[in-house]
Amino acid sequence: MTAAERIETRPEPEQPASGPKVAKGSGELGAPAGEPGPKRGMTPREWVNQRNGLLFCLPWLIGMSVFLIYPLLSALYYSLCDYSVLLPPVFIGLDNYVELFRDALFWKSLWNTTYYAIGAVSLGVITSLTLAILLNSKVKGLALYRTIFFLPSLMPVVAGSILWMWMYNGESGIINTALGAIGIKGPSWLADPAWSKIAIIIMAVWGAGNSMVIFLAGLQDVPTSIYEAAIIDGANWWQRLFNVTIPMISPVIYFNVIMGIIGGFQVFAQALIMTDSTGAPERSTLFYVLQLYNVGFQDLRMGYASAMAWVLFAVILALTFVATKASKRWVTYDR
Amino acid sequence: MAPGRPSPGPGKVTECATEMNRLLALLLVATSLLLGCSGGENDEKVRRIVYWEKWTGFEGEAADLVVNAFNKREREKAKANPGYVPIEVQRVTVSRIDQKLLVATAGGNPPDVAGIFTYMVAAYAEKGALVDLGPYAEKAGIKRSDYIPHYYDLSVYRDKLWALPTTPASTALHWNKRLFREAGLDPEVPPKTIEELDAFAEKMTKWEVTLPNGKTEIRSGYLKDVPAAQKRLIQVGFLPREPDWWSYAWGYYFGGKLLSDDGKALINSPENLRAYEWVASYSKNLGVEAIQRFRSGFGNFSSPQNPFLSGKVAMVLQGVWMWNFIQMYSPGMQWGAAPFPVPADRPDLYGIASAEADALAIPKDSKHPDEAFEFIKYVQSQEGMEMICMAQKKFSALAKTSDEFWSKHPNQYIKMFAALPTKPHTFAPPKSGVWNEYVREIGAAVDAIQNLSKTPKEALDEAAARGQIALDRNKAISARRGE
Repeated sequence: MTAAERIETRPEPEQPASGPKVAKGSGELGAPAGEPGPKRGMTPREWVNQRNGLLFCLPWLIGMSVFLIYPLLSALYYSLCDYSVLLPPVFIGLDNYVELFRDALFWKSLWNTTYYAIGAVSLGVITSLTLAILLNSKVKGLALYRTIFFLPSLMPVVAGSILWMWMYNGESGIINTALGAIGIKGPSWLADPAWSKIAIIIMAVWGAGNSMVIFLAGLQDVPTSIYEAAIIDGANWWQRLFNVTIPMISPVIYFNVIMGIIGGFQVFAQALIMTDSTGAPERSTLFYVLQLYNVGFQDLRMGYASAMAWVLFAVILALTFVATKASKRWVTYDR
Repeated sequence: MAPGRPSPGPGKVTECATEMNRLLALLLVATSLLLGCSGGENDEKVRRIVYWEKWTGFEGEAADLVVNAFNKREREKAKANPGYVPIEVQRVTVSRIDQKLLVATAGGNPPDVAGIFTYMVAAYAEKGALVDLGPYAEKAGIKRSDYIPHYYDLSVYRDKLWALPTTPASTALHWNKRLFREAGLDPEVPPKTIEELDAFAEKMTKWEVTLPNGKTEIRSGYLKDVPAAQKRLIQVGFLPREPDWWSYAWGYYFGGKLLSDDGKALINSPENLRAYEWVASYSKNLGVEAIQRFRSGFGNFSSPQNPFLSGKVAMVLQGVWMWNFIQMYSPGMQWGAAPFPVPADRPDLYGIASAEADALAIPKDSKHPDEAFEFIKYVQSQEGMEMICMAQKKFSALAKTSDEFWSKHPNQYIKMFAALPTKPHTFAPPKSGVWNEYVREIGAAVDAIQNLSKTPKEALDEAAARGQIALDRNKAISARRGE
């Protein structure tokens, strides 16, 4: 959109004042086909610009339609069908949604995912923010520390999961060995339903390097003059943290929370690899997308799986909306 | 591997040590597909067909053996008749075939022939993913009476034949003779009843006990008077979930069934309830946490750390393929195999076994179904069948087996394994389009039963109710489609 807008709006000052000013807003996506057609007072120059702009957007438009809008809408249609991929879909109305809300596993997987998302987002934000604040200070070898804490987030999820499976081994894993050294008998992390979700949350926190880097960027953006003023006013470290740092980077926190929620509700690969597709033990790691995968790709109930996907979309949309509303109270964009 | 996943073969295909292999296999598939697309298919004068096979390792090599023999025979045929265009089978290793074959078929680009598990037949047939082999078999003169009937019947669903076996398998109790001897048991006498199995298992259970003075000593038995914190399990006689491939099936050994012929879920039948009370008894005797901890020390199935091969578990239910893994990872092991025990009050059941097979099927929209069946037909010949079964050290699925096959076979228990599927109680996963979902429910129930977080009754009732929902839904879908 922006590319089109730029091309279109830049030559505007040169335009004669004649003709209606409608062309101004025509940079809006999708609008070009609308009112300000080439006949209605658009100069040839404007028309060429508009055409070029559209041509520049075209690859993206095609990609968006083919890979996003079309699958999205067909999933919506299939969610109203009994569809097993090979046989033609049979329209069954809202049956899939009705069954979904009666399905104990739907609620169980939603609960597991919510548990995970709350744990991973809250611990993840606290950890990455703490690390970012620590790494924002001036210590020797700062670049090295930053690299070390960022590294885990570069680990592919499959490799990371297998690594953590070894570390979580109840009998000989490094975690339980370390706990044993200080006299604590660690649980059989991934085999114990009471600990399996927590184990996956801890692993997610380990990969918090990405949000740490975003926090770091936010922190470096805070004007030092505010800190200086606070110091002159006699604020101590904690007061500066809560009254300067956190309010100043609240948009960054908000961004990380939203991204965390979106990512958290889509947790999948870790559970599939570390436990298995049934969400063992005792379905304690049966996350929403894992259940969707079971239904879609193991049972080939694509209609039902599409309904699950749309419900997940609605859930994430609602949560993002709530977070955005709530953010109005504590996110400050004033500088 | 999903608990109770009805794989007739070892679950090693999906274990994480083979993750790399799988990735490699995937790359190979991708490359070969690319190469396949980039032409050259018609350069030589052959009719090339693509064969997807799920196995790697020695089982994959066995498939190559028949493929090469078939290709060679075709070339010779072409030499003898100059007009004949030979068929050339190209084998491609594909993991997770249960999912990928369907996706490829739906995409309109399936292989010409695919090596599947017989438990997949019902679901695939129901979804219209396979070609009915009946007419082909009839033309080729292939009849049910050519086979051990059980293995032919595994691929029959709704009165149609959807696949034909490659290698059959049956399961039996495998025991470690050294551990029997160490526990003072006669190493040549396996348990015949569940009660004997339990008694033997207790004798072969060993703990490392921490004494008050900080020293440790090894003691055997269940040691119920020693607090859990002071003992660590180091050897067991038997664990109902090691391996975890047939955890859904314990009811059969107690005379139960999972599904009635008219589509009723029997998961919570009295026989099944009795079986899972028995499963729970191991958790009660050994302790849930002790089992969790002990099991987490087990290595992959296909490794020297396999708990049976490393002597951590004295008795396991395993398939005829186990011979290969014993030779590979623990060649000096003294072991025996016998039918799995049954309850003392049900001697009529003795000899009951789970028996499944690998099979060849032609996916719908296969581009060369006739050529594909030529290959299947070759594998069904005595020559082809014995070649692949010997390479996997299994027995033949055919009714007739050559004397040479028996005399060459290195597994001294092979005739016992071959006799099991001819007995009346032989079973396999029930044929249902929702078996995947059904067995997942049972797996979740067994999980809860083993962890003692639910009573067997609660867990099985719940699984039966959910299983019934799946069955009814499937029935309604079939009805709606007018089948």
